[in-house]
Parts: sequence; C-alpha cells; structure tokens
Amino acid sequence: MKGNEVIAEAAIRCGCDAYFGYPITPQSEVMETLMIRRPWEETGMVVLQAESEVASINMMYGATSSGKKIMTSSSSPGISLMAEGISYLAGAELPGLIVNVQRGGPGLGTIQPSQADYFQATKGGGHGDYHLIVLAPASVQEMNDFVGLGFDLAFKYRNPAMILADGVIGQMMEKVELNDFKPRWTEEQIEELNGSWAATGKKTHRERYIKTSLEMVSEKQEKFNQKLQAKYRQMEEEDVRYELINCDDAEYIIVAYGVSARLSQKAVDVLRKQGIKVGLLRPITLFPFPTKIISEFASKVKGFLSVEMSSGQMVQDVRLAVNGKTKVEHFGRMGGVIATPIEVVEAVQSKLMGE
Amino acid sequence: MADLQLQDIVKPENQVYGKSKILTDTPMHYCYGCSHGVVHKLIAEVIEEMGIQEDTIGVSPVGCSVMMYYYLDIDWLQAAHGRAPALATGYKRTNPKKYVFTYQGDGDLAAIGTAETIHAVNRGENIVMIFINNAIYGMTGGQMAPTTMVGQVTATTPYGRDIDRNGYPLKITELLAQLPGAAYVTRQSVHTPANVRKCKKAIRKAFENSAKNIGTSFVEVVSTCNSGWKIDPVESNKWMEENMFPFYPLGDLKNGERSDVGEYSVQKLKK
Repeated sequence: MKGNEVIAEAAIRCGCDAYFGYPITPQSEVMETLMIRRPWEETGMVVLQAESEVASINMMYGATSSGKKIMTSSSSPGISLMAEGISYLAGAELPGLIVNVQRGGPGLGTIQPSQADYFQATKGGGHGDYHLIVLAPASVQEMNDFVGLGFDLAFKYRNPAMILADGVIGQMMEKVELNDFKPRWTEEQIEELNGSWAATGKKTHRERYIKTSLEMVSEKQEKFNQKLQAKYRQMEEEDVRYELINCDDAEYIIVAYGVSARLSQKAVDVLRKQGIKVGLLRPITLFPFPTKIISEFASKVKGFLSVEMSSGQMVQDVRLAVNGKTKVEHFGRMGGVIATPIEVVEAVQSKLMGE
Repeated sequence: MADLQLQDIVKPENQVYGKSKILTDTPMHYCYGCSHGVVHKLIAEVIEEMGIQEDTIGVSPVGCSVMMYYYLDIDWLQAAHGRAPALATGYKRTNPKKYVFTYQGDGDLAAIGTAETIHAVNRGENIVMIFINNAIYGMTGGQMAPTTMVGQVTATTPYGRDIDRNGYPLKITELLAQLPGAAYVTRQSVHTPANVRKCKKAIRKAFENSAKNIGTSFVEVVSTCNSGWKIDPVESNKWMEENMFPFYPLGDLKNGERSDVGEYSVQKLKK
C-alpha cells in the first residue's frame, strides 16, 4: 500500500472519530482513501472536506474538545496555514494528530519530497512557547504504526502530535501489516478516560469546562507556561524514541530520519564494506529529540554527519547535543532533490574523514 | 393586586421575573449601554427554558465577548479570531445530539472569519450562529469593521468611511440568506423591550431548529457600541435607529428549512 493510504486505513482501524482535511499534493490520497472507504458506515468516523487548512485545524479543535480522537493531514504550505490553530491547540491543551507529508519550500515551492519543515515541526511552528510531539516515519509500516502511537502520546500529554513524513514515504508503496480494528471510544469511555477535561456538556456535579488558551493575568499565564515546559521535560524523560544501526563500534555516526535514514542505511552498508566503521542513529521522535544518546556517543566517535533534505536544520539539534565534543557536519539536497546513497558515502568521506 | 404587601412580593409564587440560573454571578465587563449583556441574558434564558444546559456547547469568539464563558454556566470552546464556525462544525459533526452555538461580532464573523462563516452555512451545519453587528471593533478601541456605515467615523476612518478607500459595508446576513444551507436567517435588535422579546423568540427558534437538522440558523442582532461610537447609550439607540436600520432592516430574511436535504446526496450527474 501507499504510505498515504495507510495513514487513512490506520486511522479507521485505531478508532479515530473524525478526519478534517483539505486537498494538497503530495498527500491527497489520505482523504481520497477515506472517502472511498466510507468509514462513517463502518465505525461512525466522520470524514469532512473543509474549505481550507485553516478550517480543518479549527474543526479539529472543536471536535477534540469533546475528548475524541481527531486527525488532519496536509503538506508543508497547508501546515503553515494550520500553524495558528496548532498553537491554539497547544495553548488549550488539546490532543489531536496532524500529518505533514512534506514538500519543498519556501512558498509554493515544489511538490517533490523535502524535509525542510523540521524547524517548523519541532520548534512549535506557530506563535508562543510550545512544542508538538513529532514522530518521523521511515517506512510505510511506520505510517501505520505511528497513527496509533501519535494518538496515544497526544492523549497522554494532552498536546497535539505530528507525524512528520515526506513526499517519498507518503507516495511509496511497501508491504505493511495493518493493525487490528479497535472500536471508537464510547461516550462512557470518553467520560471515564477524558472526563477531567473534555467539554461534553456541563454536568451538575462539576464546574463548567472552558477550552481556551486565553489568560489575562500575566502571573497565571507564566504558571501555565511552566506547566507546559514541565510536560515537555516529561516527554524528554519518558518518550524519546530512536533506532541504532551499527553504532556499537562506530567511529562515525550518521544522524538521519525519514527517507534520509533509508538512503543513509544503504550508505552505511557501502562504507562498512570498505572497512569504515560507520553507524546510523535514526531519531524516531524529533521532539522530544534523542539528545542524551547523541551526547553519549559524542565522546566515543570521531564525528557526526546529519543527513537531511534541507539546508541543515536537525544538524543544529545534533550540535547542541554534541556540545563541541566532536565534529558535526551536515549533508543534504534541497528543492525536492533526493540524495543518493553514494552522495552520502562521499559526504562521510569528505566531511568527516578528510583532514 | 392593591392588597399586595411588600412581604408578598418577594414570595416565589409572586415573582414574575428573575435572573436565569444559567447566568453566573460574575459581573460582566461590558460598557454601560452595550448590547452584549442583553443578548447573553436571552441566550441564557432560552437554554434554561429549553432545559438543555447539559447539552449546549458555546463557542466564544475573539472580540469583546471573548470571555463570554465567564457569564453562562455551560461548557465552552473559545475560538481563534474568526474560526468559531469551524470549531462548531467540528464539535457538532462529532456530537450531533448537542446544541452548538457560536457568538461572534462583525469583525470576527464578517471580516477575518468570512470563509468559515460562509462555508459553515453553505454546508447547512446544524448549528446556531449569533451575530452581534455594532458596525465597529469594540475591543481593540473602535476601528472600522466590515459593517461600518459609509461616512462613519472610527479610529481607522477618522474622516469617515470612504467607499473609494474602504469599500462598502458588508451585508453578510443578506448574503447568507441566499445559501441553500441556511434554514433561518433573521435580523433583530435589543434596544427596546419589544425588540428584546422578539429577539428572544428568534434565538429560541434558532435553538429549536438545530435539533431538527434542517440547516443553519443565523440571528443577527444590530447592536450599539457607545464606547466605540463615542455616543452615550440613549443617543446610541437613536443613532442606530436612524443610521443602521435603514441599511440593515430588521426582520426575517429566510424562515424555512433546507428543502433539498438528501436530494443532491444521491443525485447523479448526466455524463
């Protein structure tokens, strides 16, 4: 199946209550697949084509306020339009799953794959001090797996989560093992699981719930900001995910996510055949970032190469983690051009192994 | 009645009017003479009389009424500027048995949120939209609104609204009445006791409609903003009657329901 189709199928299977979206290349198959599948007949899941990405993200705000599992998807320019709503979701502490199948920018850019939205995704993207939980799939299988995981994390922290994919992962076809069907939460389950915050109508036994991000008193707003920061620190403690490939004896480590991790893995194979001890560290969560493990390797290896389809965004987080202990370089192609494994091999040789 | 003593008047059976239980005791932050408080009261009374406190969700806007959730004891969502109809759509679609209403000013509904407004009504979302049109931006200090009258002086039209520079006042309510998704579109005011009663009936009808799944119900309330207009409350009512009512006439613009429910959903186009 195609990565984008799998996102749709996984949403139905994990008990998602609604999808709101607006067509944009290269992810339109998400909504198209949902419309063909007609999950409203099968699970009661609502699927609605909104008038814009601005409306989609705000429909998510409305629906998720009732404690339900809501998903939207878009690609880079559309995510920029959603940035306002994402900031409000974070500010109102509402969960929700946003899929970004990245394309090249800035502006209308290109419809070809890119990883240039790393900053936008991991540093918040909208206004104010907040973060999204960011998951980076590197296979169609992970497009399936991260839908459920994304919802779990979003509800655990009451914070929006993002699957940061790219045009390659969205468009490519691979074998995939789909999840078993999980029913949607019943009204009773929602009261039990999310009753402490979900605006399901004011009950006589509780105060009214107000899903807002507004606070007029500076001291109270600062307290709330501190609460958010504590949540992000907890994510860094409990929910960092990454994959290590050939890192045990590595002298050099490539850090790459998504499609760049796939082609870097090939580059590692080629370099290993040449007798060069190279490993791959693949961040699965881009926020929280695997800072600790990179920092641990920093005192053992001769250098890191961050491979990304951008001018070098994640490399800044790698440098912060390494904190000057060893060399950190970046290699990437831009504008929708996908690097080849051989280019990565050459980058390791010239940028890390050269004098 | 002549025998009614003071101690009799306070007896519950003799009370003919009181504060709705849906209204909280929080003092409202609105200026004297502002229409918001009256419309809030009417919505609260309708919710109480219909017995739908547990089933009603309000969506507050950005503008003077952003903190409306302090005053009505129901669950609330607070929207980004202009996005209330999108929030209401999301909530109502996933919770079809609830009564969902938006409460928006002219800047929120007819400027920054025009797209969300038009598309929510065009889809015939089964929600209530309450539109407070006072022809000015109150909260930010009296700037021009999309509904500001031609020639009206505001903070950003200090020499009066000039159509060459600023375009025309937007009759968004007339525009919405054209859409097949709209069930009920009406324009009301709350500047006299008679108008208050009429307006309450309109709000009640709008709420009742939303349980019938017959399309969007839209209630505009032509309102005063004496602080923004810099006219005292009594004079404001007169100014509204003289200047706004001829351009924004009161009354129902549409009173029916979507006649075509289900018709297009199965209709096949000829190849």
